[in-house]
Amino acid sequence: MVTVTMTVNGRQVSKEVEDRRLLVDFLREDLELTGTHVGCDTSQCGACVVHLDGKAIKSCTILAAQADGTSITTIEGLADGAELHPLQAAFKEHHGLQCGYCTPGMIMSGVDIIRRHEGQLDEDTVRHELEGNICRCTGYHNIVKAILAAAQEMHGEVRQAAE
Amino acid sequence: MYSLTYKRADSVEEARRLFQEASDAAYLAGGHTLLPTMKQRLAAHDVLVDLTRIGSMKGISVEGDRVRIGGGMTHAEVAGSSEVQRAIPSLAALAGSIGDAQVRHRGTLGGSIANDDPAADYPAAALALAATIMTDSREIAADDFFTALYETALEESEIVTGVSFAIPETAGYAKFRNPASRYPMAGVFVARHRDGSVRVAVTGAGNEGVFRWQAAESALAGDFSANALEGLSVDPDLMMGDIHGSAEYRANLVAVMARRALANLGSAEAII
Ligand SMILES: Cc1cc2nc3c(=O)[nH]c(=O)nc-3n(C[C@H](O)[C@H](O)[C@H](O)COP(=O)(O)OP(=O)(O)OC[C@H]3O[C@@H](n4cnc5c(N)ncnc54)[C@H](O)[C@@H]3O)c2cc1C
Ligand code: FES
Ligand code: FES
Repeated sequence: MVTVTMTVNGRQVSKEVEDRRLLVDFLREDLELTGTHVGCDTSQCGACVVHLDGKAIKSCTILAAQADGTSITTIEGLADGAELHPLQAAFKEHHGLQCGYCTPGMIMSGVDIIRRHEGQLDEDTVRHELEGNICRCTGYHNIVKAILAAAQEMHGEVRQAAE
Repeated sequence: MYSLTYKRADSVEEARRLFQEASDAAYLAGGHTLLPTMKQRLAAHDVLVDLTRIGSMKGISVEGDRVRIGGGMTHAEVAGSSEVQRAIPSLAALAGSIGDAQVRHRGTLGGSIANDDPAADYPAAALALAATIMTDSREIAADDFFTALYETALEESEIVTGVSFAIPETAGYAKFRNPASRYPMAGVFVARHRDGSVRVAVTGAGNEGVFRWQAAESALAGDFSANALEGLSVDPDLMMGDIHGSAEYRANLVAVMARRALANLGSAEAII
């Protein structure tokens, strides 16, 4: 067993876990944060994407012990109280989900894409950047639309704040 | 995943010691090859020695006519490095074309080189850019490093601490991806070096792993353009054939990717 300590959605947590515990199981089973999903065992689907120190990673492909001392954000940590994150709101507005299974990973990846490109996105870039996230329902069209809309909104807000 | 003991090393020396103390240890870097294999119980190790916090395996430096990249650098860090982008833009672009964004945030240069997957991207760059693989005990020329499928010249507990790539006069990479796995079905890295020599390395296609296509190297040494490759082909008997593509198909892809690499000098093209 190993003791892992990390910040999850702004809250410090410390638990003893099996050495082989995957981060995704730590989040889902030990912290009961079941918003992060598991959709494959080949590290391909992206349903498990969370942010580790601000970067999108597949939480099914890292041991909880490896994440010791880091800061993790999951889908549960995006909203500001009752107010949805702009990308969550955009998924709702643009109908970016059907069954919803891929959605937490799509949103966590989308936030990472918008951050890395500083909001400067076009459709081709978003489609290319989503290659690590698989959706079996939507055909991606509305997911792409939602990410583009949120990028514009978030980027616009940044500009306003700077003025 | 079978039960295991996790150990984190702070230095290369500590990593080697922890490895040698265990009966069947493995090094753990980005984990993007090792952990999926262990999850499916295709591999088991009593101890995993985590290399990702070793400071001396980080960093990128340009020294004379070579770029040295730490074995612990992630694909995203290499792709985003302004030093690599300036010195060898095709290498930065290759790193940025591996897997997907999340894979690139974790997967490392050292892990990719040590693993020697016959369809991995970095081994092609290492051969074409006359790389030297640096380990905790010696330096190995890339030409002597990749020995067979998933096999390298590394001793059991040896650690890839970094890779030093020759800065070429010009170089380019092109690959045709398997649409499901995203790994190349054929990837060709071409480089013309400052001494006029040409190297052409092929990944994804050869039945013995990454290899140098010598006939193409000779042809391109005289005329570094796609015209020089007219009529040249690799022997399908030396190519992999599987459900994704026959050996003949891969042989054809190699010739096409070599031409595309020449048409994309200074970058990397990923088809599909
Ligand atoms: C969905 C997906 C898509 C991918 N697509 C591609 C692709 O298109 N192209 C591509 O090239 N790769 C691809 N990969 C593989 C990815 O690049 C891996 O990250 C890489 O091959 C292994 O690096 P790692 O740091 O993750 O190593 P690990 O998985 O941690 O280790 C791999 C092996 O190397 C050993 N090892 C690790 N580091 C060292 C070291 N420094 N010294 C000695 N031994 C070491 C380990 O013991 C293990 O045996 C993909 C992976 C996934 C999951
Ligand atoms: S569950 Fe992590 S990539 Fe599929
Ligand atoms: S909405 Fe069902 S998998 Fe994406």
